[in-house]
Amino acid sequence: MTAQVGAVRAELGRHRPRFGEPAFRGLVVLASLTVLAIIAGLVVVIATTSMAGIAHNGIGFLWGTTWDPVHSVFGALPFIYGTLLTSITALILSMLIGVGVALFLVELAPSWLAGPLGFMIEMLAAIPSVVYGLWGIFVLAPWLRDYVEVPLHDTLGWLPFFSGYPIGIGNLAAVVVLTIMVLPTVAAVSRDVVSAVPGSQREAALALGATRWETIRMGVLPYARSGILGAGILGLARGVGETMAVTMVIGNSPTISLSFLAQGYTMASVIANEFTEATTNLYRSSLIEIGLLLLVVTLVINAAARLLVWRVAYTASSRSLAA
Amino acid sequence: MSGADGTLAGAARLPGAGIPPRVPGRNMARRRTTDRVMRALLGIAAVIAAVPLVLVLLYVLVQGLPALNLALLTQAPVPAGFPGGGVAPAVVGTLIMVGLGTLIGTPIAVLAGIYVREYAGGRGATLIRFLVDVLAGVPTIAIGLFAYGLVVVPMGSFSALAGAVALAVIIIPIVARITDEMLGLVPGSVREAAYALGIPPWKTIVRVVLPAASGGIVTGILLGVARIAGETAPLIFTALGNDRVSTALGEPMDALPLRIWVYASGPYDSWHAQAWAASLVLVFLVLAFSLLTRLALRRRGAART
Amino acid sequence: MPLMTEPTTDARVDPAPSPVPAPAPRTHAVGPVPGARAIEVARRSDEPVQDAGVGVEIEHLDAYYGNRRVLRDITLTVHPNSVTAIIGPSGCGKSTLIRCLNRMHEVTPGARVAGEVRLDGDDIYAPGVDPVVVRQRIGMVFQRPNPFPTMSIYDNVVAGLKLAGIRDRSLLDEVAERSLRRAALWDEVRDKLSAPGGALSGGQQQRLCIARAIAVEPEVVLMDEPASALDPMSTLKIEELIAALRASYTIVIVTHNMQQAARVSDRTAFLTVGDDRSGFLVEEGPTAQIFTNPRRQLTEDYISGRFG
Repeated sequence: MTAQVGAVRAELGRHRPRFGEPAFRGLVVLASLTVLAIIAGLVVVIATTSMAGIAHNGIGFLWGTTWDPVHSVFGALPFIYGTLLTSITALILSMLIGVGVALFLVELAPSWLAGPLGFMIEMLAAIPSVVYGLWGIFVLAPWLRDYVEVPLHDTLGWLPFFSGYPIGIGNLAAVVVLTIMVLPTVAAVSRDVVSAVPGSQREAALALGATRWETIRMGVLPYARSGILGAGILGLARGVGETMAVTMVIGNSPTISLSFLAQGYTMASVIANEFTEATTNLYRSSLIEIGLLLLVVTLVINAAARLLVWRVAYTASSRSLAA
Repeated sequence: MSGADGTLAGAARLPGAGIPPRVPGRNMARRRTTDRVMRALLGIAAVIAAVPLVLVLLYVLVQGLPALNLALLTQAPVPAGFPGGGVAPAVVGTLIMVGLGTLIGTPIAVLAGIYVREYAGGRGATLIRFLVDVLAGVPTIAIGLFAYGLVVVPMGSFSALAGAVALAVIIIPIVARITDEMLGLVPGSVREAAYALGIPPWKTIVRVVLPAASGGIVTGILLGVARIAGETAPLIFTALGNDRVSTALGEPMDALPLRIWVYASGPYDSWHAQAWAASLVLVFLVLAFSLLTRLALRRRGAART
Repeated sequence: MPLMTEPTTDARVDPAPSPVPAPAPRTHAVGPVPGARAIEVARRSDEPVQDAGVGVEIEHLDAYYGNRRVLRDITLTVHPNSVTAIIGPSGCGKSTLIRCLNRMHEVTPGARVAGEVRLDGDDIYAPGVDPVVVRQRIGMVFQRPNPFPTMSIYDNVVAGLKLAGIRDRSLLDEVAERSLRRAALWDEVRDKLSAPGGALSGGQQQRLCIARAIAVEPEVVLMDEPASALDPMSTLKIEELIAALRASYTIVIVTHNMQQAARVSDRTAFLTVGDDRSGFLVEEGPTAQIFTNPRRQLTEDYISGRFG
């Protein structure tokens, strides 16, 4: 009944797998290479499928202002312009609000408020883009038209920024929706960066007799500066790539206008909006060419932002990822 | 700006011990005012940031609730403009494509996370972490184009499979990063205990370390599921959409976000009502997932410190 | 048979510290490599294995973390079926020394050793020796109890067997009971074998870890300050346990507590730190002699509390 002492030793000697370790190691390396392959594949596959467009459109694609699929004239400037206009404006707004929120959460808010408020802002990132779009079409745009655009047009209509007809749908609505969607990224990363500022910096400022704001300005912001810059660049990448909500409220018109009341188009939204209607191969691959441009731009922006944020607060990047 | 610098210089000029503090002058009053104004502005920023969430949730609830009924979830769409019908193809499609995308993406992500945390040396780990982060920042519409070129073009047709591939690519960085972090929370003493028993490293990881981190990893997977369930852009030119309930992976398939987009952009009131109701379903699912997983993750994060 | 074409995990280096240390990622160091013939044969022999410990001979052992040498030229013989205590001031490398005996030292990135450690006559650092086999033959108990968090008490005890692929249920049951009895834990846990290991008290957890270590029937058991995180009652239990285990195993125990060393050990080795901040062996001998009549002044200073 009782197994002999030594039975275990003998059994262990019989079970001596030799291939488990290299096999498992190979598996995890393979998975990591898959991540590498996906990033390389993104560029390669999108570049390949846009080849016909690249050949036809040439380098002039980048500054051509006419988008006329019927006559096979493809210029991407209206989309590049629209993307820059909306995402940079939205970035400025969300930086102002987002950094303010971050400072408020870390430096001023009592913990009973900071927890739930931070949570709400993270939740902002969880709502699907298409739902923001729906809300933008039926709630935000009419409200903007009646309470923002009409007064702006009546008083400042002589400025090129507010010329045209206030109809709600247009660049302004896109900017507002984008601001809301970029905000969580900027706020979350900024919060982590501000939290990472050592307490001794604050104490040094306070000990000089500085007020709370002066402490933030002298003791916190200088240390968080490059991290906040990284947060901004990450936010820019998010804004440039944002598709659905913008597509639904920007008006989808390939025109270049300074006015926030005018309708516009962005790189992402023209792809989303016209891809399934693109009947010719050339039309389709020209749209994919815009996608290639978008991909390269966001890869560069992201890589720069990650490098910047990593130096400051490593965990910040992971939180923003979860957001 | 110069005012604040001036005050600092003023503070530095304060006389030494034994001399009564100087009566706060004009300077001090201005500093106090600046302080109050800036603190108020930071508070206002916080309020502004919180308002959109409340507004969006409120509208989705108010507009979506009246149109929410069983028929919405169980019936196929009726011809445009007619009353009735539902978004059943979208519900089924979202379940299938999100499920398949998770099945494809999660193993790759977990294994990559294991590589980064348990196997890679310093440089390899940094490189893969960096790539994972970069992948997380790629616009989902570009990932859609990738799946189009990779699956739709060779297969010659839009398909649910292509949609699932796109969603898999989106979920990979989310799960890989969380796996990496959760493995980092498993104490080294657990690995040592296993090594000291003569258990090879790979078995230590698979049978001891991974189970210890599984709660957090599952949470991360759910977070990823919530995220891809709400994606529209990558499905437009992969899954395309479908008016009928379809379970065929090689054919076009509908998804809730796609259906919401189509209905929101259309001219019919009945479509709009169903778009709101479908949004309510989607938002409820996504928020419930996110809420639970974030709470769970937060507890783990707190336990760490 | 060892596959000679596979790379080896020989963690040894030349005794002279090279200016550029070969960085050894922890996972490389513990990689699976065919065992050396001698170490394997001892495991595989079909002749009845005695339930007894074997001796360990340490010869000219140096240990490094990166470029820093933490142990200098240790030569020490551990006698079979005895309890050898390693004492010395903190930082003298006591823990590093016993971690070199089952090749756990090299698990730390950048850590490496030079010299020989012979288990029953076979060098465990010989080329081709699989550290996994070494660790099956030389068990270890750590400073803090570290039961596997997701496993039940039962699964913790037989973890070393199960994870090595042994599925024979009756054998596992027997080993579990025998190991828990030997660890003096059976009576306390026999009714809750499926409860999680983490639910036990600290002292019970440490005895669980001892049961886990002896379940794989090692020949040597290393204990790294096994009672330092425990209350006095639990410490007493562990000490009684060590005395009982001596019959079946060779035990090496690191302790910072000299009374404990005097109580539990047959032989004592005293290490201290040199001016170059690396630990070295001052003297080794029967415990009674070390504590009452040390040969070296350093030892006498330490045990009489004048230093350390």
